Amino acid sequence: MPDSVTAAARRLLPSSVLGRNLLGVLAGLLVVVVVLELTGPFRNSQFATMSYYAIAAVGLTVLTGLNGQISLGHGALMAVGAYTTGLLLETGAVPFPVAMLAAAAVTALAGVVVGAAAARLHGPYLAGATLALAVGVPGLAIYFDGVFGGEQGLRVSSPRPPDWLADAVYFVTAGDLTSARYLAYIGWITLLAVLLLLANLTASRYGRIWRAVRDDEVAAELAGVRLGRMRVLAFVVSAACAGLGGAVLAMVVRLAAPSGFTIVLSLSLLTAVVVGGLGSLTGALLGSALLVFLPPAVTGLGTDLGLTGTQAAELAPLVYGVVLVVVMLVAPGGVLGAVHRLRHAWTRRRQGARDVGAVGSSKQGG
Amino acid sequence: MTSPGTSETTGRAGTGHRHARGRPDPAPLFAVSGVTVRFGGLTALDDVSLAVRPHEVHGVIGPNGAGKTTLFNVCCGFVRPDAGTISRHGTPLTDLRPHRLAGMGVARTLQGLGLFRGLTVTENVMVGADRFRRSGFVSALLALPRSAADERALRERAWRAMSDAGVAEFAGRYPGSLPYAVQKRVALARALAADPELLLLDEPASGLGHDEISELGAFVRGLAERMSIVLVDHHMDLVMSVCDRITVLDFGRVVAAGAPEEVRDDPAVVDAYLGEEAHRGGSDGNDGNDGNDG
Ligand SMILES: Nc1ncnc2c1ncn2[C@@H]1O[C@H](COP(=O)(O)OP(=O)(O)OP(=O)(O)O)[C@@H](O)[C@H]1O
Ligand SMILES: [Mg+2]
Repeated sequence: MPDSVTAAARRLLPSSVLGRNLLGVLAGLLVVVVVLELTGPFRNSQFATMSYYAIAAVGLTVLTGLNGQISLGHGALMAVGAYTTGLLLETGAVPFPVAMLAAAAVTALAGVVVGAAAARLHGPYLAGATLALAVGVPGLAIYFDGVFGGEQGLRVSSPRPPDWLADAVYFVTAGDLTSARYLAYIGWITLLAVLLLLANLTASRYGRIWRAVRDDEVAAELAGVRLGRMRVLAFVVSAACAGLGGAVLAMVVRLAAPSGFTIVLSLSLLTAVVVGGLGSLTGALLGSALLVFLPPAVTGLGTDLGLTGTQAAELAPLVYGVVLVVVMLVAPGGVLGAVHRLRHAWTRRRQGARDVGAVGSSKQGG
Repeated sequence: MTSPGTSETTGRAGTGHRHARGRPDPAPLFAVSGVTVRFGGLTALDDVSLAVRPHEVHGVIGPNGAGKTTLFNVCCGFVRPDAGTISRHGTPLTDLRPHRLAGMGVARTLQGLGLFRGLTVTENVMVGADRFRRSGFVSALLALPRSAADERALRERAWRAMSDAGVAEFAGRYPGSLPYAVQKRVALARALAADPELLLLDEPASGLGHDEISELGAFVRGLAERMSIVLVDHHMDLVMSVCDRITVLDFGRVVAAGAPEEVRDDPAVVDAYLGEEAHRGGSDGNDGNDGNDG
């Protein structure tokens, strides 16, 4: 019964990559609208926060998961995007979508430089080099305080919903388009667009070649792949995403300051990607959600259990750390990897029940 | 491995075989001349020359460490020779780089498997066909119809190579979940997907059983109708029955070259290679031997 249902569902789905991905994104958009309309300003701003983490995380999972390059410097790349956005919006002459695109472009350019250096490095050396980036870039912002505002950073004037849009939204949903909700929409629409493009890429030749380079560079090179180019390309794509994430961050937080782009940000992104399941876009989304929603939930639970405010607040990173360790131990493939494995085992068990002794039954390696 | 009969009869039936032998001296498709490679104090290749004719199966044999894989690495641009030249269709290749090889119609299988373990069999083979792609980054990013058409074409090529190599039934599987012999065939399919005019096979029979080796022999013979092949292997029966000509290396030097019968009886070869085999007390060569892959 469920077999025929999924088969029917599959027949209804468009067969082209673009069709399938567009459908997915439209479904996502629908969910986003419903959720954002049904929740208040506090949740709205939490979702806005999640959106910029997720934009950067999906980019990072392509780099680290698909192409096997670790980056501890994505926080710094987000800073590049955030400062670019801040500086452009400060002028008042640029509409925010243009500022965002410019942020992506500038960060992609930074990605070319970093990626070209990174393409020659492996493992711990790559980690070290990108770590230097994470530490160095905020320092740069402090050093050139004339332009970047030093420790205080740049105040960013976030976009306000235009009146016609607010009116239109009120007409449709009978709800106000608050600033928080507007920013959450901007973040999520950006995220969905990024997801669409990345899903296209990963389903294409590029996704395949990135994974091939990750798995065996000699064999990939023999197939005609230019290793350096493909590595730099992965870095550029990933950097552009980080730049867009930084742009959204600047507008949501209304500030681009060095304290927002410490190594902790880079590490958070990496943990989000790993917890969700390396190399999976959905996994990166899950990881970002965990990153944003788990700590407050834990803090809330702590206060409910009678802890003081500070104690409860200290509980959050502890639980997050424990979750991370447990995931690594129990499900090295991340949450999504575990789900896949369970589903796989389940379908196999059913198949095994149907035709006992089929070819190549039990030996299924990693 | 006492009766090479099966692969002998099935193998030698190919027309390409007689063709290659009957020719007076066709221009070599690929030639290595006077190549010397030193690794520090070790001379891995010493003034090695070898010419591969169209539709020829050219064997390269020699004991472990003789320099066979190093020779392949030179042909592929992984190792730059200290002296000597490499030419294709009579034109010297001055700046040989591994990634340019596929475009020139040269494919190679590695001594280890070198499969992409995170890719399905189909995807592995599609990477082999990658040189036939036509669309670029933007069409992939936007999933334009050109990109989709490109993928279909690559998939089609991969499918053909997989059917040829007999691994089509494992299309959706990951290499790690397949028996070693099947993985070897997937690696072969990946090389074939590039539709090469020269195929370099580094120990394709290592780790295979007797029947699988005869099958491989017949298959390689059949391939010679479409391309030239350089075959490195330790299984003498396979090499002797399949190759049109054989070059024997020992300590980086060519100690003999010629038709299988000539080479087989050459005292230098018996000395260097067969002697060693006999000394070891087995004619089976060394299975599953994993050396350096460059
Ligand atoms: N990159 C390298 N650096 C240093 N020495 C090398 C390198 N590659 C090969 N060698 C040495 O060169 C010699 C020839 O090695 P090669 O791998 O070509 O032998 P082979 O004939 O393929 O042997 P096998 O049958 O074991 O595969 C060996 O002594 C090997 O140790
Ligand atoms: Mg070798």
